[in-house]
Amino acid sequence: MRRYNVRMAGVGGQGVVTASHVLSNGVIQSGGESTVVPFFGSEKRMAPVESYVRIADGKLYEIGEILYPNVIVIFHSQVITHGKSYTMPFYSGIKDNSFILVNMPRKVELSQDEERELEQKRAKVFYLPATEIALQAAGTEVATNMVMIGAVSAVLGLPDLESLEKALIERFLGKGLVASGGTASLDKAMEKNFGPKLDLVNKNMAAIRAAVKYAAEQGWVQVTTEGGSKQCTK
Amino acid sequence: MANTVNQRVVTPEHLLFEAPRTKAFITGSEAASEAVRRANVDIAIAYPITPQSETMERIGNLFAEGYIRDYYRAEDEVGAFSAISGASRTGVRCMTASSGPGLMRGLETIASWPGHRLPLVFLIMCRVINAPLSIQPDNLELDYMLTSGNILLHGENQQDFFDYTLAGFAISEKCEVTLPVAVAVDGFFVTHARAWVEMPSAELKLPPRDCYSEAVPMIDNENPPVRIARDAPIQKSNFISYQMHAAWQQEIHAAHERSRKWVSRYINGLVEVVNPEAETLIVASGSAVSQSREALRQAEEMGKKVGLIKVKSLRPFPTAELRAACRHAKRIIVPEFNCPGWLNREVRATLYGHSEAKIADGPRVYGGITMPTELILEWLFKSE
Repeated sequence: MRRYNVRMAGVGGQGVVTASHVLSNGVIQSGGESTVVPFFGSEKRMAPVESYVRIADGKLYEIGEILYPNVIVIFHSQVITHGKSYTMPFYSGIKDNSFILVNMPRKVELSQDEERELEQKRAKVFYLPATEIALQAAGTEVATNMVMIGAVSAVLGLPDLESLEKALIERFLGKGLVASGGTASLDKAMEKNFGPKLDLVNKNMAAIRAAVKYAAEQGWVQVTTEGGSKQCTK
Repeated sequence: MANTVNQRVVTPEHLLFEAPRTKAFITGSEAASEAVRRANVDIAIAYPITPQSETMERIGNLFAEGYIRDYYRAEDEVGAFSAISGASRTGVRCMTASSGPGLMRGLETIASWPGHRLPLVFLIMCRVINAPLSIQPDNLELDYMLTSGNILLHGENQQDFFDYTLAGFAISEKCEVTLPVAVAVDGFFVTHARAWVEMPSAELKLPPRDCYSEAVPMIDNENPPVRIARDAPIQKSNFISYQMHAAWQQEIHAAHERSRKWVSRYINGLVEVVNPEAETLIVASGSAVSQSREALRQAEEMGKKVGLIKVKSLRPFPTAELRAACRHAKRIIVPEFNCPGWLNREVRATLYGHSEAKIADGPRVYGGITMPTELILEWLFKSE
């Protein structure tokens, strides 16, 4: 059974909680199980926000905050550099052989202690220019959160892209609406009401696809080796 | 129009066990209100407190839709719990709900329900008892409920919250029982998180309350109100009052004993046992059960067999069931979401003289944080 504790950390306004719900719902759409626990103080921009997502392709029992993650997603470099996080340092409780995705075009400078601890845990730290990818693919940096969950989907293979798109359609267009496969499209009659929202789905999907492409190019995608253990392609 | 008039009455057995069910991915608050939708409730009584508010808000919507007949907004918890005393005594089906500090505020009234032999359902969404202020899940308030005379069920998840709420009405109104039933879940973890819940059709509902077949008559033109408070011998300090009070308390205790078979029938046994042959056992209730199930799965991956006893009913407490399940145990841990460890105390008192097992004094988390599976695993294999 594939089962991951995903801890997402960012700052207010980045859509961390929204992204965690889309990721979680994508797993549900794919037939798996998932729970979300968002965690934040009084809502305000640039204040710490965390969201805990458990995802599995089988039965999930656990609930509550994630103290021991095996996937950490950092939406903003200030989580690391300014300590804008409920869990300090940003990798606290990390399990062995976990990976960390950071939204930064280049490596963040870490202290010697931090480098050593991450090495001891055999953690892989992946830096990706999520804001730039969002700007290029969707024309807005608001879609940065989608790039981050696109990268999670690319690395884990859970949820798949089709299920993520279903989750997005449910988010923007509501339940019970069936859009045709591939890229979401609508009948002419519905175009008027749902057109702008459909545009949002497609832009967000473009951001997700761009992230998947980037992760594949970097060799981050996890594959199962002959021995049964999981390794990245590069 | 969707309302209670168009729902079809079926037996509790049919609604709980026989009617086909469909799956929905919903929160615990939604699960509780969906149970109330099918429970043929006459009056819901509300006073808000986090994390209970969402459930009572949804039940307000049920009133607007016509699924319950009246909705009363009380002035505070003392008011809410007194109002439900009056409502229940008039013979109608009624429910209310609260959390941590609100429950504590109304505790005097809650503890008077069993003595008045009031059938009702009281939902508890567990929350830290202030101060310092917190809205997070911590089930310390259930320690106070244990000696209140209420029947007390502790649900593990959203599915239990749906099933136990419906079962609660059926248990509460049995003639041999005639007692309030409290159905507790841990707040937020259950109430605000979504999970798969299987539910029978909303076109079905429980039969109405049959108030003329209960142990104590309700108020009507022939039964004057509140006999036990009006009769002079009971109000005075004298030997008659002592005897009457003692007999009354014994009768509540006896009603608890008689309730065992009904609780067991409607929630499928007072306990659930997983891996009964294991010598290392976890005894848990509420959300701690879910955490323990994951610990069991991880222990199995490590090649270790661990057993789990889920205590579903805290009152009546599954004394015989626990003794039987723990007879061969060597080590028992009791993970809990509260500081004093009320379940640990119950387990020790129950197993004293009936088991050779070493019972660990934990693990416990409190203040609202979750119980990490890693902590349970650490306590399980601490001695090795």
